[in-house]
Formats: sequence, C-alpha cells, structure tokens
Amino acid sequence: MLDVKSSICSCEQETDEQKYTKLAELMKQYKNREGRLIQVLHMAQAIFGYLPLELQRYIAQSMEKPLSEVSGVVTFYSFFATQPRGKHVIRVCLGTACYVRGGKKIISRLQEMLGVEVGGTTKDGLFTFEVARCIGACGLAPAIMIDDVVYKQVNPDKLENILAKYK
Amino acid sequence: MVNLTINGKNVSASEGTTILDAAKQNGIYIPNLCYLEGVHKIGSCRLCVVEVEGAKNLQPSCMVSVREGMVVKTNTSRVRQARKILYELILSDHPQDCLNCERNQSCELQAMGQRLGVKEARFAGERSEGGHDVSPSITRDMSKCILCRRCLTVCNEIQQVGVLSAQQRGFKTVIGPAIGLPLNTVSCAYCGQCTLVCPVGALQETDAIQEVWQALNHPQKRTIVQTAPAIRAAIGEEFGLEPGTLVTGKLVTALKELGFDEVFDTNFAADLTIVEEGTELLSRLTKAFSGGEAALPMITSCSPGWIKYVEHFFPQELDHLSTCKSPHTMLGALAKSYYASKIETDPQDMYVVSVMPCTAKKFEISRPEMRNNNLPNVDAVLTTRELAKMIKEAGIDFCNLEDSRFDNPLGLSSGAADIFGVTGGVMEAALRTVYELVTGRELPFAKLHVTPIVGLEQIKTAEILIENTLEAYKFLEGVKVKIAVTSGLAGAKILLDQVAKGESPYHFIEVMACPGGCIGGGGQPRPTSSEIRQKRMNAIYREDEGKTLRKSHENEYIKQLYSEFLQEPNGHKSHELLHTHYTPRGKNNELMR
Repeated sequence: MLDVKSSICSCEQETDEQKYTKLAELMKQYKNREGRLIQVLHMAQAIFGYLPLELQRYIAQSMEKPLSEVSGVVTFYSFFATQPRGKHVIRVCLGTACYVRGGKKIISRLQEMLGVEVGGTTKDGLFTFEVARCIGACGLAPAIMIDDVVYKQVNPDKLENILAKYK
Repeated sequence: MVNLTINGKNVSASEGTTILDAAKQNGIYIPNLCYLEGVHKIGSCRLCVVEVEGAKNLQPSCMVSVREGMVVKTNTSRVRQARKILYELILSDHPQDCLNCERNQSCELQAMGQRLGVKEARFAGERSEGGHDVSPSITRDMSKCILCRRCLTVCNEIQQVGVLSAQQRGFKTVIGPAIGLPLNTVSCAYCGQCTLVCPVGALQETDAIQEVWQALNHPQKRTIVQTAPAIRAAIGEEFGLEPGTLVTGKLVTALKELGFDEVFDTNFAADLTIVEEGTELLSRLTKAFSGGEAALPMITSCSPGWIKYVEHFFPQELDHLSTCKSPHTMLGALAKSYYASKIETDPQDMYVVSVMPCTAKKFEISRPEMRNNNLPNVDAVLTTRELAKMIKEAGIDFCNLEDSRFDNPLGLSSGAADIFGVTGGVMEAALRTVYELVTGRELPFAKLHVTPIVGLEQIKTAEILIENTLEAYKFLEGVKVKIAVTSGLAGAKILLDQVAKGESPYHFIEVMACPGGCIGGGGQPRPTSSEIRQKRMNAIYREDEGKTLRKSHENEYIKQLYSEFLQEPNGHKSHELLHTHYTPRGKNNELMR
C-alpha cells in the first residue's frame, strides 16, 4: 500500500481524465488476479483521494461486477472513504488492545483539538479524523496513523507535537 | 458412502453431504433458518448447530460435511440451550410487532421460536435502524431483516442481477443496493425472487390490496379481474391444499364472491399472444429467408421481469424482443376497448385487476407504454399471495367452494394458454400454432408436448424440421427451426451474451425471468422449492391435457375477436392495443436515449 501511494499519488496535479486513464491502466494489470477488487479500490483511492459513487460505478462497469458488490466492499472497510478528505488522514486505532490502553481518550482529545467529530474534516481541509478497527500494531498500543505513518504509545499530551509536523 | 452416527443411530451418507442433509435423509430434523435447500448455505444464523464428538465448539450442521466415524448429537441440552440463546439474540434486533406484521403466521422466524420452545426474550438493546424502501413492485423493511442473506444469493447467483449486496458492516449491515440507494433507482428486474425466499417481513410485494378493496367498494366502478395460468396451480397452497392441486373453478367462484363484476382469464390473452407473436415470428422468418433483414432470434416478451432485465443489461439488443405486450396487459387493453363497447360502458368507469404470480407486473402496469386512450390497460396487480389474503379477509371458505366458469368473451382458452405458466410453455404453444400454419399438419409430438423443452433445466434447446410446407411457406421447406428456452435470469444472460456477440444459433428464444417460469414466480406462495415447482408444473400440464381445445388459433372467441374487432393479426388495431416498444435503461438505470 505504502509503495502504491507514494508512486502513484498525485491527486492534486492531474485532471480527472488523467486519473481515470491511470486507473484503467492499473486495472488492466490486475485483470485476472484473485481478489483484485480490494487492490483496485486501494489504488483508486490513492489516485482520487476518495471513492465517490461515480468512481465506484466506473470500477464496477470495468470489472464487470455489480455496483452493489463494489459499494459493499467500500462500505465494509473503514479505510475506504466516499467523501473528499483532508490533506492528511488521522486514524485512531480502536482495536481491542488500543481500546483498553486508552484509545478513547485520544479520540476525545483530538475532537477538542480539531473541532470535528469522528468522520469529519477540519475547516481548513488539513485533517480528516477517522477511527480504525485494529491497524495491526497491537504491541504499540495505543497507536494512531497519520497517512502512512504509525505513531506508537500515543498519549493525549503527545498529540500537539505530532500534529505540529503536519501544519 | 460415509458411515457415522447421529443421535446414536448408525447412518450412512454420500461423501460431501452436510450433517444437516444426512440427518434429514434419516428422518432427523435439525432446526435451521438461513439455510435454503439447493440455493443457499452460509451458516449465518447458527441455529443448526450440533455437537460433534471431538470438536470443542458446536458445529453449524449446514456447513460441515459428514466424516467417517463421526459422532453427532443434535438435541443435547447444550445444543438446545445454545439454539435458544442464538434465537433470542436474533430477536433482540427484530421488531416485536408480530401481531400486525404482514408475515404473521407465515413467518419462518416466528415459527422457529415456537419450534425451539423459546418463552422469553431476555436481550434488549439498541436496534438497527433498517430503513424503508417502497418501489412499484417490492417493499423493503430492513428493520425486520435478520441478515440471513438468502435474497442476496438469489439475486446474485440464481438471477445474476446483483442489485442486492451487504452494505456497511457489523451492527450497521444492511442488505440492499449500493450505498443505500432505493430499488427503483438501480437495475432491479423486480422479479421478486427475493420476496419469495425472505423468511421474515423484510421483503414483500408492494401492497395493492387496499386500492383493490376501494375499487370493489366503489358503486360506479365496473370491476374486472383476470387470473394468470400459474395462479390456479398454486393458490390452493395458501389454504393448506397440497402443492399441485388445481383449483381453477374455486378460484373463479372466490373472485365472484369478492365482488368482481367480471372474471376473465388471462389465458384468453395468452391464446391471443400466440396468434400475434406467431404471426410476428413468421413475418421475421419470411424476411430472413427471402434475403431480407430481420432481428433473429426473436425473443418472447411475456415476462416483465425479463423485459426490465434486458432493458438494463442488454439495451442494444431490444429489437430481438417480440413487440407483443404481456398477455394481461393485452387483456386489459381489450377490456377497456372491445369489451367496453360491447357492454356500452365508459372505459373510465372500469377497473381492471390482474392476479399474477409476479411482482414485476406491478411495475409493468405503471409503464407509459401500457396505456391506451389515456387510461392504464390494467389498474392494479395482485400477487397470488395478496389474493389469498383478500379471500381470507373476506371470510371465504376457499376449500369448500363450488366450481364456476370464467366469463366470456374474454374467458375461454386453449390448453396452449395454460402452459404459458411454465418454462417452455410459451414456446410449445407458439409451435403448436406456427407449425400448423406453415405445414397444415399438427405438431409431430406425442400429446403435442415438445419433450426436449419440458422440464426445470436452466437452458433447453430443440430443432424442429419443417417439411412439406403449404404453398405460401415454400421458402421454409427443409429449414430446421432452432429454438431455446430458459427460465431464471442467469440462463437468460447466457443466451443474450450469444446474441450480443452475434453467435446465437437460434431463431426463437423463450425467456421467463423466474426459475421454472411463472409457477415459481416472485408473487407465488412461500415456500417455492424445486419439488413444489415440479408439482405445480405437473398440474399445469394436467390442465392442458384435460382440454379438448389445445391450440390457440382454434379458440372460437379469438376468431370472433378478430372478425368483430381486430380484423387481422399484427394489423393496425393490434399494433395500437396489443403491441409495445422498449426502453433502453442501462446497467445503472441511466436511461440511454
């Protein structure tokens, strides 16, 4: 995922047409691979930033899958977004380990700091604030991710410093 | 064969059999809710759990195959306790409004509670929101959904329409179209197969009962009802009769007792369809075999679920469809023209109700093409299930009714019309007439049944050799007419893919949207299993064989209709009243104009 994003993300410079062409090319490479829908959705989100209905339709049509199936996968995984997001995405892990080690406290502090609820985007468009169900870093609990970077053993007082890097 | 013991009894079952099936074959019933024989097993409800010696946890018997030496116990107190808890958990997110639920007394969840001996509902908590979605054909009340996913399997695998899928996850899961879109905005064929398999009140036909009662109560309305061929072979089941019991005469009496002024038979219009569609086929064949251009194969158009499917998924192939309206809209159009003038009644004061095995027909009557003189051809469609409810509500003792006959002139029909209700029937009916028109001889099959196209297989094909034709059809001499028949939309997709690639070898194709044809329609009594489909099919063939009139073109009232009113098949009046055109809708319902 990390590689895909750094190599293909250029959402701000390209026209929609260029983005669709890029996605079509990538879909071709994945044509006969097992379980390719999730891969394609990952790439599409990396290119477009989010997965609006029109894009889901395009993917469904190109992959000859029902739209309901594509949207089923998109809505199943909290990683996928159907609304435009901020420049950076903060994901607070609420998997079991992070939950018991204080994930909720991180959430309430972030709500105060950012002034938005879970799922929201700050007014300046800088941060989107989401919750993830286990990011696979239980040994580092409580953990958060900002874009592709994992921050370990976060306590609410560390957040100010962490966010400052992105401002 | 695999040997195992179930509840201490030595049994054997073939390899790959599930514990649930092995038990059933040996007279042991294991409670189950989400499982649907031959269609769906996913193990989501968990009610079919059993104890298997050596396994720590209880095993879902619908998912686990039998193994040599397996020791299974299906009714230990641990198992019974677990089932009750599982049931109560399902109940904790299900509305407790059974008494005024449409599925009261016909609900599988309700019946299961009774079977499991559940006496309390101990778990109360948050309820999922669900959401209500009313389309012209199907109404979804997702607060009642128990996530068994039968509808999803039927929609994606049996019908391959794919509008239903699980959206969201966990507690928020909703089975429905993409991102919660309503059904009427997506490529739903409205076949209603999902309503047929839903165990609870989550998926149902959109109610027409209230408007029909209103029309019946209206002093000025002349109410006309017609019934499709598949109703007479199925509605008895709603009153406890054996599947496959023919109740034609009782059905007519019940409709009269409900207060309808005329009880007509959609079969009459099925005969008419054969004359119109047969003529259309012959004219296409004439063009094609005399060097002209004609859209072949021609494909039947009686099944509105099929029509909506093809408009969504093969919008570029619509010229292959026969232009004939479906029989009940033909009859509606004639009732409000031909019959209205016969009885000197203003068609505006007429109210035509069709009793259909079908949910798609509820949408069909709302199409702008199904109107003449600014009036809808048909005003309301009731499913078999809805009519049964009305008969019960009216306090009619259905099983003990005397027989009555349909009213004329739109009530007499041939056996060819009866078989419109089963897969292969429209094709056979058409061949009975077309073959005779072309050769002057009867269709050369025992009892007039085109055996290769009889039965519940997905795709059936046959070749009919045309020899010794009458003078007018010399150009068809020696032609092998290739035909194909399919029921269920997955089969239709296979045949249409061939058409789209220009590789279809056929001249004439019959498609019915529902597996087995109308006898297994989305508006038919629940349950509808393969076994029940077969019984209803046998009943339909019995009805056909019991008649002396077996061919549509020999129906005297059809002849009279042409001489008094329509003049000739495919003539000007026919085109105005009995034929239609189609709308390319596109996969995403984008209306491709």
